[in-house]
Amino acid sequence: MSPDELRDDQVDGPELTARLAKTWGTDKGIIGALSTVDHKVIGRRFIATAILFLFLGGLSAILMRMQLALPENRLMGPDFYNQLFTMHGTTMMFLFGVPIGEAFAVYLVPLMVGTRNIAFPRLNAYAYYVYVFGGLLIWVAFVLNIGPDVGWFAYVPLSGPEYSPGKRADFWAQMITFTEVSGIAVAISVIVTVFKFRAPGMTLDRIPLFVWAELINSFVIIFALPAVVTASATLMMDRLVGTHFFNPAEGGDALLYQHLFWFFGHPEVYIIFLPATGWVSAIVVTFSRRQAFGYIALVLSLIATGFLSFGLWVHHMFTTGLPQLGASFFTASSMLIAIPNGIQIFCWIATLWDGRPVFRTPLLFIVGFFFIFVAGGLSGIMLASVPLDTQVHDTFFVVAHFHYVLIGGNVFPLIGAVYYWFPKFTGRMMSERLGKWHFWLAFIGFNATFFPMHILGLMGMPRRVYTYLPEMGWGSLNLFTSLGAALFFASFVLFLYNIVSSARRGAVAGPNPWNAGTLEWASASPPRPQNFDRIPVVTNREPLWAHRDDLPVVAGLSVENREQLVTTVTDARADLRETTPEPSIWPFIAAIATAILFIGSMFTPWALVWGSVPLALALMGWFWPKPSTEDER
Amino acid sequence: MTLGPQPDNAMLPHRVVMSARSMPGYAYGARSPIWWGTVGFAVAEGMGFAIAAAMYFYLVFINGNWPLSAPPPDLLWSSLFTVVLLASIWPNQRAKRDGEREDLASTRRNLVIMSLFGVVLLVIRVFEFGTLHVRWDQNAYGSVVWLLLSLHTLHVLTDLGDTIVLTVLMFTRHGHGKRFSDVGDNAFYWYFVVASWLPIYVIIYWFPRWW
Ligand code: HEM
Ligand SMILES: [Cu+2]
Repeated sequence: MSPDELRDDQVDGPELTARLAKTWGTDKGIIGALSTVDHKVIGRRFIATAILFLFLGGLSAILMRMQLALPENRLMGPDFYNQLFTMHGTTMMFLFGVPIGEAFAVYLVPLMVGTRNIAFPRLNAYAYYVYVFGGLLIWVAFVLNIGPDVGWFAYVPLSGPEYSPGKRADFWAQMITFTEVSGIAVAISVIVTVFKFRAPGMTLDRIPLFVWAELINSFVIIFALPAVVTASATLMMDRLVGTHFFNPAEGGDALLYQHLFWFFGHPEVYIIFLPATGWVSAIVVTFSRRQAFGYIALVLSLIATGFLSFGLWVHHMFTTGLPQLGASFFTASSMLIAIPNGIQIFCWIATLWDGRPVFRTPLLFIVGFFFIFVAGGLSGIMLASVPLDTQVHDTFFVVAHFHYVLIGGNVFPLIGAVYYWFPKFTGRMMSERLGKWHFWLAFIGFNATFFPMHILGLMGMPRRVYTYLPEMGWGSLNLFTSLGAALFFASFVLFLYNIVSSARRGAVAGPNPWNAGTLEWASASPPRPQNFDRIPVVTNREPLWAHRDDLPVVAGLSVENREQLVTTVTDARADLRETTPEPSIWPFIAAIATAILFIGSMFTPWALVWGSVPLALALMGWFWPKPSTEDER
Repeated sequence: MTLGPQPDNAMLPHRVVMSARSMPGYAYGARSPIWWGTVGFAVAEGMGFAIAAAMYFYLVFINGNWPLSAPPPDLLWSSLFTVVLLASIWPNQRAKRDGEREDLASTRRNLVIMSLFGVVLLVIRVFEFGTLHVRWDQNAYGSVVWLLLSLHTLHVLTDLGDTIVLTVLMFTRHGHGKRFSDVGDNAFYWYFVVASWLPIYVIIYWFPRWW
């Protein structure tokens, strides 16, 4: 580092802004776009891609509901229906549910902790491309009519070599591996960003609740995802090279697959829910215009949820004939997790109660979340009891329950979050009027779709059937449900319209339109490439409320190099100035090489060998230091 | 207090309270972000090892007799592998230490030694695969043993690749500054490779003899 290099204590004002934007900016053109390591650019793409998959998943749901609207409907056959519910479940859980939480983290966590980029920007870019390739893989296979049809969990033996010849199940297994590799990479970047790049003074008890939620979520991801990678990889081996992990004839076991899958699959529900609690906290605090009631309790509940989420996977297997004692234990712990969830809801409501809530669209969706999620929690407690679960297992009661939890617990807060942060993402406000319409349409449409499913389930209608006989008497409720689904879907079309029209014509937002307290609102809207001209110093949980007119900041970082301030883990004392990587095309190329390796290995195990050569080369390009930046000086 | 659009201003009013001018540009161990990243990957991969080991014992539990119809694997090559792996701790520790002292000459030497260790270990591993007495497609026992051994081999392989690239870098003009901190992280990851082997060694080679 040359001593005469320009530092930000030598320039100020618009000149500083412009110079930093140049240092941290991304090149124009297609190569520039593919080389970017700006967490905001990647984060925006990530969010948009995940929402695109939400739409694709929703589209497949609408097709299912069209088929189920009438008894003995001839719209589609059982084969296509199987593919639809497989694609729906898989897309919603793996291509939307997990990525959307991480996508928001990629965009928001660096801004909220007051730094200029995510911890490992190239890894982050790589993770995004890997995710896109995995999603493309499975949807292209679906369109080509070689897509999976074995359910979103692909249980063996149905998905094994014997009952699923061809490549359908392979596409499923490989897509899982893709997205989970991506998920783990992002989780590690997020954890290190929170550990090491918090603004000076952001001690543990000043970390925004959203950031806490994403941090805990990242830990859950790191511990849960290896299980499903193992499941999908061993399934692949059974299918491709004749291993016998799940083959009882040769000492393997089908239940082993279920254990692996649900060891991930249950935490998965919390991987979907935890980021949503972060959205809820941020919105509740801002629109109550007071600090969170019970901050410590909220953080401890998040941690408890993270831990408890691992104890419960077996409740997905109650009907597989496990030992009685085990089942009782898992019933108890399934119910236990209601406690931290209850505490969180209590704290949010207390915050609203004690504040002066402003019912703008983001908060409306949070109120909708309260109603729907609590209803889903109640039916969940019912399901946690083994006798009832045995009764309604694999009926539409279960389908109703988990949609209340998933849509209530993730999609409603997500919509709130989009309305809330849209001005930060784009610099413009979304239409409030359309937002209110959107809310009521969504709330009514949702309940009309899913409430009757409880009744259908209790009436005995099984899930994953492509049609049913008129004599069963399920016709009118199914028709009602399908009409509700159309209404619900219409609300998303309205949402999309609001997004597109507001992005072009919405009112200009300014840096902090909601008068929020956390650091992302201290940047311009949309933020400049450097996020902040000078790194803030935090003395308070809501820095912008405490320092309305004179935000304390650090000076002395390089203006011409990508320097970030590194701080200590617990008390966030300023420690180092580290340079972070420049933009690079190599993560993109490495993702392509990864895709070649994974797709090739669906056809021959040798792809693992020859496929690793381009991958290794790409990784070397990635890590090779650029001569001009570091070494010439 | 207003809730609504505001004019854009490049930067909020602020006051400088601290200077980063005199702070160092890189550091070693837990002070550096990359160290935490390495820990993160070690945890995720360690979880993968733990799950593979759990699969092993699950299959033992399901089957009762173990190792199914195959004889237990031979100890010669695997034990040699273990001994060489343990011996590598010494040059690895020296690489870490000399890296932290930013002593270029001995860092280069240590990295060359570590690369050679990696190559030798891989050669032994090839023989080791030959003494398992079971193929992956023979039965579930064969499958899970091959899984465990392959997983570990993958880690030896990637760490070797990493070490070689780092060695080459150290012999070019890149060999200074933050690169020394990379040497420490590479050494740290190698310890993960060593530590994860010991339980796997016991599981694959000793457990079937005791069962
Ligand atoms: C647009 C609103 C949605 C509608 C109308 C809808 C509808 C359905 C229906 C009818 C089924 C049952 C298919 C059957 O068993 O025959 C189903 C299954 C499922 N849904 Fe949804 N869904 C919606 C949104 C979501 C979301 C947002 C998620 C997750 C975040 C989700 C996750 C699932 C899963 C995991 C299954 C199980 C698939 C399987 O059985 O393999 N759904 N959905
Ligand atoms: Cu569960």
